Amino acid sequence: MSFTTKLATGAMLAALGATAASAQSLVYCSEGSPEGFDPALYTAGTTFDASSHPIYNRLAEFKVGTTEVVPALAESWEVSEDGMTVTFKLRQGVKFHSNDQFTPTRDFNADDVIFSFDRQGNEENPYHTVSGGTWEYYGGMSMPDLIESIEKVDDYTVAFNLTRPEAPFIANMAMDFASIVSKEYADAMMEAGTPEMVNQAPIGTGPFQFQAYQKDAVIRYLRNDEYWGDPAKVESLIFAITPDASVRYQKVQAGECHVTAYPNPADVQAMKDAEDIVVMEQEGLNVGYLAYNTQVAPFDNANVRKALNMAIDKQAIIDVVFQGSGEIAKNPIPPTMWSYNDAIEDDNYDPEAAKAMLEEEGVTDLSMKIWAMPVQRPYNPNARRMAELMQEDFSKVGVDVEIVSYEWGEYLERSKSKDRDGAVLLGWTGDNGDPDNFLAVLLGCDGVEKSNRAQWCNEEFDALIQKAKVLPTQEERAPLYEEAQQIFKDQAPWATIAHSVVYMTMRPEVENYVVHPLGGHIFNQVGLKQ
Amino acid sequence: MLKYVLSRLATFIPTFIGVTLISFAFIRMLPGDPIVVMAGERGISEERYLELQQQFGFDRPIYVQFWDYFTGVLQGDLGNSFVTKRPVWDEFFSLFPATLELSVCAMIFAVALGLPAGVIAAVNRGKFFDRALMSTALVGYSMPIFWWALLLIIVFSGNLGWTPVSGRIDLLYYFPNATGFMLIDSIASGQDGAFTSALRHLLLPTIVLGTIPLAVIARQTRSAMLEVLGEDYIRTARAKGMSSGRINGIHALRNALIPVITVIGLSVGTLLAGAILTETIFSWPGIGKWMVDSIFRRDYPVVQGGLLLIAVMVMVVNLTVDMLYGIINPKIRKR
Repeated sequence: MSFTTKLATGAMLAALGATAASAQSLVYCSEGSPEGFDPALYTAGTTFDASSHPIYNRLAEFKVGTTEVVPALAESWEVSEDGMTVTFKLRQGVKFHSNDQFTPTRDFNADDVIFSFDRQGNEENPYHTVSGGTWEYYGGMSMPDLIESIEKVDDYTVAFNLTRPEAPFIANMAMDFASIVSKEYADAMMEAGTPEMVNQAPIGTGPFQFQAYQKDAVIRYLRNDEYWGDPAKVESLIFAITPDASVRYQKVQAGECHVTAYPNPADVQAMKDAEDIVVMEQEGLNVGYLAYNTQVAPFDNANVRKALNMAIDKQAIIDVVFQGSGEIAKNPIPPTMWSYNDAIEDDNYDPEAAKAMLEEEGVTDLSMKIWAMPVQRPYNPNARRMAELMQEDFSKVGVDVEIVSYEWGEYLERSKSKDRDGAVLLGWTGDNGDPDNFLAVLLGCDGVEKSNRAQWCNEEFDALIQKAKVLPTQEERAPLYEEAQQIFKDQAPWATIAHSVVYMTMRPEVENYVVHPLGGHIFNQVGLKQ
Repeated sequence: MLKYVLSRLATFIPTFIGVTLISFAFIRMLPGDPIVVMAGERGISEERYLELQQQFGFDRPIYVQFWDYFTGVLQGDLGNSFVTKRPVWDEFFSLFPATLELSVCAMIFAVALGLPAGVIAAVNRGKFFDRALMSTALVGYSMPIFWWALLLIIVFSGNLGWTPVSGRIDLLYYFPNATGFMLIDSIASGQDGAFTSALRHLLLPTIVLGTIPLAVIARQTRSAMLEVLGEDYIRTARAKGMSSGRINGIHALRNALIPVITVIGLSVGTLLAGAILTETIFSWPGIGKWMVDSIFRRDYPVVQGGLLLIAVMVMVVNLTVDMLYGIINPKIRKR
């Protein structure tokens, strides 16, 4: 070792020593850059990790580690008898962050709530078009049709008047797009002629305060010492943006980061074996499926669909396509979601029986198309490979498969068509932890020729989910969804393939990290052992 | 010389217009509607789709869109990214210094090692050193960047712990990015050890990115030197009794440099292509990764603006190379 290397190594050790001493910095190696810091403008989970979770709060929030909705900036809420009005009682004494350009003069109140939603829904609002606002989630969750008006009852009471009763509304208020921003800050920035600062230098009420962002490199946050809830355990939170999974693995091993997500499936076993890495896992809030076109013969026959489902060797798919980081799906909703019907039995892999069943239905010499997505998704890391495995499985029962694919935008558009030729591989990742977000969106009659790729409209099923949507409590809704899942299984509009398994890897000194079923990476209560 | 410079500059204008047109057309030729891609599995309603089309200006005829874009470019406005909604110009210049810093270091590395290696190999033609050097260069040239980078990381960062895995500087250091060049900013910050840390972070990416140009330069120098060494005037110089150091170093190398400089100029394009992978692996916040992400997202303004800026840079480099020819070989500037 030359003198200069020694010197360099010495400097590095000193630096490492210093890092260890300032153990109050939690470093998360994130997989990508946020698109910005105003969650309502964007849809990517990476953006929400960097914005809505550390910086902001919502009226209601998901309890970390569950899909349960708990009070946050609203201390309580009340749904009117007819279900048409939801009134939120707001928390008092909540402080907004400050930065170089802005120091709040008042606490959080009803004006902030109204502004946060009005800018998304009201075209007249001066912030509606700021930062190219397209408010994807607000529109995607049908807020424009659902919210009739928002009323300020007093400084700490806000009433949402709805156009129809809708039970998932409270869960929607816990979604990232519903994060509450400061109206006072927005007004100040508008006056200063820099309204885009609301997105670039965010001010929220959350447990961490935004400090700095260097694009594609680092995001820095400081603890909000005036936080209304349990204060963060670490003094500062740092996101080191590291797009390559192998490099994240090396970094967590070298101690350059404390926590990281999305490992390569192939690395998981080695990480589990490593002494200085802790691996946590949980099923993701998603489902990957093969949707038949139930409007076209012979796929309009439930028995044919069932027979094909029995011909698919799902375990082989989990092993080959997911390399183990997936779990067989038997229901259209993931097991971490309330109302998941675990009593349902999956169709067993049985090519012989499948063949006999097809013959019974008079289906011989069937040839079909399977559509393979051109993109990678957690619920389907390699659709082409998955389609090939199915092609092989189906050939064993005498069904000839042609695999087709299109560019992603085309794929999404064409697969919506009612007279589409072939079964489509696709999937879904949940937004608000509500079963309605899967069952109604993907399988309801309203979704036909839209997000319902099976073009499946079953009256009995639809009646159940429509009824469940307007009932006020989870206890009342759950049995209806459980029953709906049974109908789904009997009718088999899809072959349910898999739920991905989400892995989180971290250093042993990380305390209190909880894997969140909704997919976010949340560090509010995460600490480091001294 | 002035006439030479002006004639070179004149070729700049049609190239610039061509590049603007191609970069505009290129991304639109790819299949895939950016609005549908943006909406993903969730889908988008017909009304919302039309609204967004209008907002992005896609409802206008394509030549109107191009004209708007072109006049914007002339006024220095490249539009806003669809994804981050920020001006393309701002994004480019916040990321470009990182790419430039890495590319310059990689180029210095490649030239500093490649040039002497090529000269030594040529002088020792056919001997062991020549063969060893040239086969190593071939390996370097054929090495997949991704694999090479991971190998270096696993050995030097993982096993030996000599270099950091990725990033531009230890997270411990926090100072404003005044210039965007980490080596300069770290000195300016006055923080102890910041510069060393930045330098150490630069080491592996520099080697990875510099490997291919290094191999190309070494091989090119060798063959150019061999050609020159066979010329009559070299034989004459030798016959006069001139020292071989002087022959190789001054007479031969200077004449061998023309093709080598051409290769160095062309390597700038290769560097930018290599930077895409190198930046991704080393979490280097440069323009390579930014462009690739944008192509996948069909972020038209970023792709067309980024391509244009990169093309202009390559043009500037080539122009500089042309100027250098003029300096090295007076015959060229007189033509």
